[in-house]
Amino acid sequence: MTDLWQALSVALSLVAGLDRELMEIVGLSLRVSLTAVAAAALIGLPLGAALTVTRFPGRGFCIVALNSLMGLPPVVVGLIVYLMLSRAGPLGVFGLLFTPTAMIIAQTVLITPIIASLSRQISDDLWTEYREQLRSLGVERRRAIATLLWDGRAGLLTAVLAGFGRASAEVGAVMIVGGNIDHVTRVMTTTIAMETGKGNLALALGLGIVLIAISLIINGLTFGLGAATRPERAAL
Amino acid sequence: MTGSILPLRVDGLTLLAGNRRLLDNLTFELAAGKRSVILGPNGAGKSLMLRLCHGLITPSAGSIVWGGGDIPAAHLVQCQAMVFQKPVMLRRSTAANISHALACRGVKRRERASRVDEALSRTGLETLARVPARVLSAGEQQRLALARAWIIRPEVLFLDEPTASLDPAASRDVEDIIHAIHDAGTKIVLTTQDLGQARRIADEILFLHRGRLVEHAPAEEFFNGPTAPEAHTFLSGELIALDQNHA
Repeated sequence: MTDLWQALSVALSLVAGLDRELMEIVGLSLRVSLTAVAAAALIGLPLGAALTVTRFPGRGFCIVALNSLMGLPPVVVGLIVYLMLSRAGPLGVFGLLFTPTAMIIAQTVLITPIIASLSRQISDDLWTEYREQLRSLGVERRRAIATLLWDGRAGLLTAVLAGFGRASAEVGAVMIVGGNIDHVTRVMTTTIAMETGKGNLALALGLGIVLIAISLIINGLTFGLGAATRPERAAL
Repeated sequence: MTGSILPLRVDGLTLLAGNRRLLDNLTFELAAGKRSVILGPNGAGKSLMLRLCHGLITPSAGSIVWGGGDIPAAHLVQCQAMVFQKPVMLRRSTAANISHALACRGVKRRERASRVDEALSRTGLETLARVPARVLSAGEQQRLALARAWIIRPEVLFLDEPTASLDPAASRDVEDIIHAIHDAGTKIVLTTQDLGQARRIADEILFLHRGRLVEHAPAEEFFNGPTAPEAHTFLSGELIALDQNHA
């Protein structure tokens, strides 16, 4: 028990003192996850809305597949991306394996289905209400998608947040494609896993505290933004 | 392509849902100018008929021909607008709702602002421009729906029971706007089950009963002495049994 308290106090001093190593790891983690979220949102949000407004054979299958992919195990994603990026793989020539870019790719693959699937559900609800009005206006598909995305912005923000939560918390994919190389691909989750294994609980706990704090900050920002984009709620 | 899309010729229009004939062999013609009111009790098929004419639903049988029949579909869409019984309000401000409609019709961004202001002032919504559309009262929302439809300058405006859930004062505001839109040269096609409203607005009446068009006559003629017994019953305020066929 004393070990735990000792570790916690060292952890807090690392965080409070903005320890250089800790900050480097936090910085890389944020860079990787935020870039992956941005890429996944760019792909997933319009993809979800497009599935809502488009009818084609196999659409039902696509929706089921997308929903199933929401629960993709990170290690499997890591393995697939590893195979693609390894020297012998189809994308091996780019030499991306064990770089932050590989980690961004893996996390993008992991969370795009989450964002796309949630985007489709939010768009579906709006489309039920808007369909006749937009068809009456003669809206073409692209503008219909843009309308759904803009009007569903409050809910979509939550979808993006869910993606960020998944990306920042996963360890399996980044461990496989990043390799947890010191000063290169070491992020919060891989460090926590490694340091815990080594018995260095202070750094692991310190990173855990930062991880939870980031989650709180991002959620708080989203809550605030959500309230700002829904003035009708504020007015009621 | 600037020619008129009117008259609208509907021939043998039928809509089936399983074995039920929701609309049965409707044939009529709507000419430019006159305010056409589709009158009938609940469940007569008024809204369906409007949606079919506007192209939101595909008929099971029959034809809907605009103008000479050679008008491109895209042009037909551009020339029509519809106001629904429950107005669809986008999750944006009053002004942005109007601006969106203009954008959908390809109006250039720099032209939109002045046209939005014009629409707001014509419908008395100037002070509510920045207010989120979804917090407007029912009457204000319907006025916004009218502003949005009017500003795209349609040749034909379909209105599906636009005052069904409004109080008398709000209904009067909406009717005033409908008259103004008519005076500006737009063909009005409106459904209602409100006899008072039909009298105030209609130049001609299409009386629908259980999916059939039982009378199509000039308004004055219709209200002075309808020929169809169902219309006579409706006008005298008696209840028309809707389910006689299904009993």
